[in-house]
Amino acid sequence: MKPSELLTPTPAGLYCPPADIHIDPVRPVARALITHGHSDHARAGHGAVLATSETLAIMALRYGEAFAGTRQPVAPGETVRIGAVDFRFVPAGHVLGSAQIVVEHKGLRIVVSGDYKRERDPTCAPFEPVPCDVFITEATFGLPVFRHPPAHAETAKLIDSVRLFPERTHIVGAYSLGKAQRLMALIREAGYERPIYIHGAVEKITELYRAEGVPLGDIRKVEPGERNAEGRRALAGEIVICPPSAIQDLWSRRFPDPVTAFASGWMRVRARARQKGVELPLVISDHAGWDDLQATIREVQANEIWITHGEAEALAHWCGSVGLRGKPLHLVGYGDEGEAEPEARPAEAEPAEVAP
Amino acid sequence: MNRFAWLLDRLAYEPRRNGKLALIADYLRSTPDPDRGYALAAMTGGLVFRNAKPGLIRALIAERTDPVLFALSYDYVGDLSETVALMWPVADATPLQGGGEAPLPAAEPGHNRAPLTLPDVVAGLRNSGKTELPRLIASWLDALDETGRWALLKLITGGLRIGVSARLAKTAAASLGGIAPDEVEQVWHGLEPPYVQLFAWLEGRAPRPEATDPAPFRPVMLSHAVEDGDFDKLDANEFAAEWKWDGIRVQAVAGTRPDGSRVVRLYSRTGEEIGAAFPDLTEALTQDGAIDGELLVMREGVVQSFNTLQQRLNRKQVTAKMLAEFPAHIRAYDLLAEADDDLRSLPYTERRARLEAFLGRLDSARFDLSPRISFRSWEELTAARADPSAAGAGADAEAVEGCMLKRLDSPYLPGRPKGYWYKWKRDARLVDCVLMYAQRGHGKRSSFYSDYTFGVWRAGEAGADELVPVGKAYFGFTDEELIEIDRYVRKNTLNRFGPVREVTHTPSSGLVFEVAFEGLQRSTRHKSGIAMRFPRINRIRWDKPPGEADRIEALEALLRGG
Repeated sequence: MKPSELLTPTPAGLYCPPADIHIDPVRPVARALITHGHSDHARAGHGAVLATSETLAIMALRYGEAFAGTRQPVAPGETVRIGAVDFRFVPAGHVLGSAQIVVEHKGLRIVVSGDYKRERDPTCAPFEPVPCDVFITEATFGLPVFRHPPAHAETAKLIDSVRLFPERTHIVGAYSLGKAQRLMALIREAGYERPIYIHGAVEKITELYRAEGVPLGDIRKVEPGERNAEGRRALAGEIVICPPSAIQDLWSRRFPDPVTAFASGWMRVRARARQKGVELPLVISDHAGWDDLQATIREVQANEIWITHGEAEALAHWCGSVGLRGKPLHLVGYGDEGEAEPEARPAEAEPAEVAP
Repeated sequence: MNRFAWLLDRLAYEPRRNGKLALIADYLRSTPDPDRGYALAAMTGGLVFRNAKPGLIRALIAERTDPVLFALSYDYVGDLSETVALMWPVADATPLQGGGEAPLPAAEPGHNRAPLTLPDVVAGLRNSGKTELPRLIASWLDALDETGRWALLKLITGGLRIGVSARLAKTAAASLGGIAPDEVEQVWHGLEPPYVQLFAWLEGRAPRPEATDPAPFRPVMLSHAVEDGDFDKLDANEFAAEWKWDGIRVQAVAGTRPDGSRVVRLYSRTGEEIGAAFPDLTEALTQDGAIDGELLVMREGVVQSFNTLQQRLNRKQVTAKMLAEFPAHIRAYDLLAEADDDLRSLPYTERRARLEAFLGRLDSARFDLSPRISFRSWEELTAARADPSAAGAGADAEAVEGCMLKRLDSPYLPGRPKGYWYKWKRDARLVDCVLMYAQRGHGKRSSFYSDYTFGVWRAGEAGADELVPVGKAYFGFTDEELIEIDRYVRKNTLNRFGPVREVTHTPSSGLVFEVAFEGLQRSTRHKSGIAMRFPRINRIRWDKPPGEADRIEALEALLRGG
């Protein structure tokens, strides 16, 4: 059987004809397997959904209990047979509940890795490499300029800055599902025990992480009352975590003279940080960087590499240079939430400079 | 090198002037000589390395990376130093084992060597020949981390571009001794990197360094704008008036060393040396003295536009062709020193007489006197300003951007002292434009859309009118108005591109700004073919429908001399 008979890209997403299911479909379908809870992979309106219990819980939280006709949880490592095809969910290390899906049929094994990272994350199970014939990978950070430094060193920068500027509130932009909670856990690991304040948009997911047993310490929502002068003073020298869109929104103006930080793999590129007005860039990524993409591709020993989204051309070029078949799939619709979100490239973001 | 890299890194992300000052001062205070002196030299443009060039860096990275991946990366990042710093292959960036933690990079790569210092780098770059330099730089890049590589490459390729001017760095240095930045300027050009004498003086361990430079920069005297009601308070008989020429304010200084050798320097208003680009001027200054004047391009006795002058600016080297096509000229305003005589405490009238005599002795076609405007009352000066051509400026009237008023008894003081000099610019032109794009500001304004790109109408290809951008401005409005415009931008966004929002701009819906500007230039860089000089938002026309804003034809007419 040819790999393209087992999985094939369609406008709705990756489709498996022998099992009649889609993986991470971007349009409503009859039967969907979902790798993780970010909204570009996990959408509402499918007939039946198979995913890890954590991913199902995240979807229910975001879309309401009626997000799909039926749902079925699957445990890590458990094999589910649909038609004659075996599907196995294996941790991807991306966010809570994130999984790779191993698709196996008639001796052919394809791994759909979803979004993944290789760096340790105290809030989710680590990526498990599974040897396969075809490895389907993302390439969000698929350029050799994206080498992520250790996350604990970046966290130390934040804590040092809080010590250095005890009169300033540190506003840290972090994607509300995954990055925000990972950052909280990293801050706790660094020995910081003060309360961490959060924007309302981060609250529910954080509660869910706690309910799933991830210890995050004293987390408090920024109350509307903290708009007034006294409340603002109270948050001087504290860490406030908010969605990236809020760091330059009206919301951030309530804090006097804040230090603006942003936790993202994109912060590796200076122009990205400056575009967002970020003074304290924290290079903390939930996606594999360039070296880890390469290392993972070698480790799973696949001969054929399919690339779903991100810097597909560059990664495919590298595959060719080491004798592997790299194929960009040009899947549309991924990269709408979290780090994979498309933004203007730093080299292009400025509109044509006009006068003087 | 690590501390210097750390400083540059922090400065690059610090938007606030005071924040930058604090960072630099803190670095200078806590870093020993000679490291801090070389850092100060780097920030003041005082380090130039003859053999280290961007081409060398490109060659080094080309040997080490795949050309396709480099091209894709450079295209993405948009900055050579940063792309190379991020891509530079590091020996221990090896794959991970198993599914867990990536291995930590060694704390100090190349840890069996002493860490690289900034003085090592400066000495290496200065003393190495073209053939040995590539291997030396490569060995440094191997030993540094990403920030260190970036800082090193910025240093090598020149122009740090981290938002720190020479003046700001000197201001931070001056704060170490609690003295005025101008005092540092006064001794600056007698000193050489790494400025050990300077720091000893600032820290009170040694006397003030002798200003041994025979051709030092003297801090420039600046003026205040004339404001409404000023003429009711000022007496026309106490002032002289001159034209304000639309060129570059410069200081041309010549002196002789004790050994008889001559030094001639040309300084910008902020004390940067620009003489290398103007050999035609430095050769012509054959008398010792310090002239404050306006740099212009003069052809056949007529001053050329600022646009023409710009073609000679910002070039490190000039060709014979440029020298012939764009002959440089200095129109002299003032004389600050003559031979060893400091004239700055003399009143304006006396300095002016000395200047006239000096120029007479100099007898060079490259230098002439900025003429005085004769007037007996403010009314007469108003008339002269309205028609410079008839009031003595003649064929040069196009290059007049207003008048300067100088108190007859004013000494030459550094900075912008009150009550002596006034500038009275020509009335700015006004045009109604439509807001097209808004960009977030910096520092205190970083949460506001405060930088505006605006356009005027022109006939589009399909017959319908379209807007074409003509300028960008970020001041001229009050804080209250900024809040209102910001709200308008957020509510009327069509598209977002990073920090930029495209705002609704149709004939029936959009926001009109009355934009004031000083002049217009032809420009091939802009779609409209026109660039505005010094545009600012004069008024916000909440009342005006965008369809009634001005058309490109109106600007074309002004450009043709309307």
